[in-house]
Amino acid sequence: MGFFSSLFGKKQKPEEVKQEAKHEAPKQEVKREPIVEKKVETPVVETKKVEEIKKENMSDTIKFKIDGKECVGKNGQSILDAAIENGVYIPSLCHMKDVIPAGSCRICQIKMNGRTMAACTTPLTCDCNNLEIENDTPEINEVRKAIVEVLFVEGNHFCPSCEKSGCCELQALGYKYAMLVPRFQYAFPQREIFAASPNLMLDRNRCILCKKCVRIIKDEKGRSVFALKNRGHKLEINIDVDLAKTLSPAIAQKAMEICPVGAIIKKEKGFAVPIGSRKFDLKPIGIGNLN
Amino acid sequence: MSKKIVATTSLAGCFGCHMSLLDIDERILDLIELVEFNKSPIDDIKTFTKQCDIGIIEGGCCNSENVHVLKEFRKNCKILVSVGECAIMGGLPALRNGIDIKECIDEAYLNGPTAKIGNPEGILPNDDELPMILDKVYPCHEIVKIDYFLPGCAPRADLIWNALVALVTGNALELPYEVVKFD
Repeated sequence: MGFFSSLFGKKQKPEEVKQEAKHEAPKQEVKREPIVEKKVETPVVETKKVEEIKKENMSDTIKFKIDGKECVGKNGQSILDAAIENGVYIPSLCHMKDVIPAGSCRICQIKMNGRTMAACTTPLTCDCNNLEIENDTPEINEVRKAIVEVLFVEGNHFCPSCEKSGCCELQALGYKYAMLVPRFQYAFPQREIFAASPNLMLDRNRCILCKKCVRIIKDEKGRSVFALKNRGHKLEINIDVDLAKTLSPAIAQKAMEICPVGAIIKKEKGFAVPIGSRKFDLKPIGIGNLN
Repeated sequence: MSKKIVATTSLAGCFGCHMSLLDIDERILDLIELVEFNKSPIDDIKTFTKQCDIGIIEGGCCNSENVHVLKEFRKNCKILVSVGECAIMGGLPALRNGIDIKECIDEAYLNGPTAKIGNPEGILPNDDELPMILDKVYPCHEIVKIDYFLPGCAPRADLIWNALVALVTGNALELPYEVVKFD
């Protein structure tokens, strides 16, 4: 703990920090328990950042246009959040309001000043005043459709056997862009399923690595349940096996709800809503049919 | 206008898509006015007797016979349509794609709970008459050129009907949101 409080606590002189770090470092190696406490620390730091950014920038109002529609947003707010507040739908699979954006799915891409940007990671700044942003154009939608197709071929998305089918955001975007067949070759990767938890199943075949679960899902004590494992094309979502076994049904339910695909499934209940009455059966994804 | 000639087949499929074709209900009487069926399980014609206009493919390719039939369809049909998830992405049979082929065969004929009872001598199928199983299940468009795709499991009857009418009449295909579904 001493090591952490020196990093994140009250300001200390640099010399003191160095000394403490030297003293504490060997102790950390011997004691393995503080790893759990590390997990508690991380989200606290993250939420602080979000709040700080908000407080600093609440004052300024930015006026901009999306596809010709006048919009108003706050300085520092992400373009995606501002668009939704103004009733403009920018599709996204990895973003949630008040969560630090990951920019991992790239479906929210927009064009500003002729440049393609991810709307979730691009904040509104003073430079955005009177800016014209392109969103729902044939050119951008074609790229978005291609991204949806890539996501379909690089996993094993067999919709007919998926519990999330009809409520799946990836599938809904496939419908929105009238994807009849992906233009890319199917990869058929081999991925593992974790089903040892009584309340939750993690099917990596359906995972699109949006990292929502890693960023949002914590247990009652604030410990992360999901984490990233490996890098590059081997990157996958890993689950804390011990935490997963004792995970409450409420948290499992939340994890399933935030997952844009069917990678996280709450056990013991599936296919509850009949075909034709599910979320995206009759109504396309967009404003009025968001999470 | 002479009737368009339609051929259909089910490769590694479950005939669900053919059932969905029959789900057009009384419109099948209109369909018979518009088209004539050639090689198809619907009229039980086993081999092509003439060149066809439209070939409807259900199911992906999981063995050498599927590939042979699909290539025959490409030769004998002007337009090929992949119908259903299995034809488009392999579907349920493609769940074996991540598993080694030997492991699949062993599980089916040697180690499976019913295999031990039904096949105590542990004989593996090995006859020239039997089609060879492929290393994985392939979507049809990865074997031959496919012209159109109708997703769904099975595709909604209205989607199949709309597509057939559009192909026969030459009008643009309408794709209402409710009919294009992946399940």
